[in-house]
Amino acid sequence: MSLSMFEPSMFDVGAIAVLLAMALSMVRALIGPTVFDRILAINITGTLTVVLISVYGFLDGRPDFLDIALLYALINFIGTIAVSKYVKFQGLGHPLGGSDEGDV
Amino acid sequence: MVDLSSVSALLNSQIGTLIVADWLSWFFIVSGSFFALVGALGLVRLPDVFSRMHGAGMVDTLGIMMILVGLMFQTSEPIQVLKLVLILVFVIFTSPTSTFALARAAIHGGVNPGPSMEELKEIEKSKAEAKPSNT
Repeated sequence: MSLSMFEPSMFDVGAIAVLLAMALSMVRALIGPTVFDRILAINITGTLTVVLISVYGFLDGRPDFLDIALLYALINFIGTIAVSKYVKFQGLGHPLGGSDEGDV
Repeated sequence: MVDLSSVSALLNSQIGTLIVADWLSWFFIVSGSFFALVGALGLVRLPDVFSRMHGAGMVDTLGIMMILVGLMFQTSEPIQVLKLVLILVFVIFTSPTSTFALARAAIHGGVNPGPSMEELKEIEKSKAEAKPSNT
């Protein structure tokens, strides 16, 4: 199939845009001056991955991929909370002191 | 109570070259892609962590939600619409939560969020006092 015959479907457009946005956020994850920039960029990359999995399922004609996308959304949230808590308190248990006990 | 068969007939009626559901999908996916790209661009170009969170929120809310709503018009099975709604609801609840946790961690970790309103007033006052003596 030559390139001039290529008519993109709506899933192609969405997948390409999501991939470009993921590339931009990976740039921020690589150059980010603080660790929080990197966590933010990885969080956004994960959230975009959820959409990419969903769009790929529709693109491939197999919308069962939505289960995987749902699971990925759950894991991504837990990961972001865990990493921010680890960076803030230097551990995943209770903080050593202060009034922030049990805080996220 | 909405009559489901009339909704389905409306979605399947032809306008121009595509049916209504396809027009809606194109609209939602193209605008969602636009907002995702703009938010990711903001993530690269904005000056500090807290303003970059604004770009991240744009990707999370408008970008992702509009793409998922656009996908909802492309399936005929209710269980898949339900799964998409679940992903959507989950993103609605987790995106502000993780941004909040990250912002607290960044404040705690010593990132400078810029001058507060009182400090800005002090800066303005000192500028206004410094000007006449210079001229």
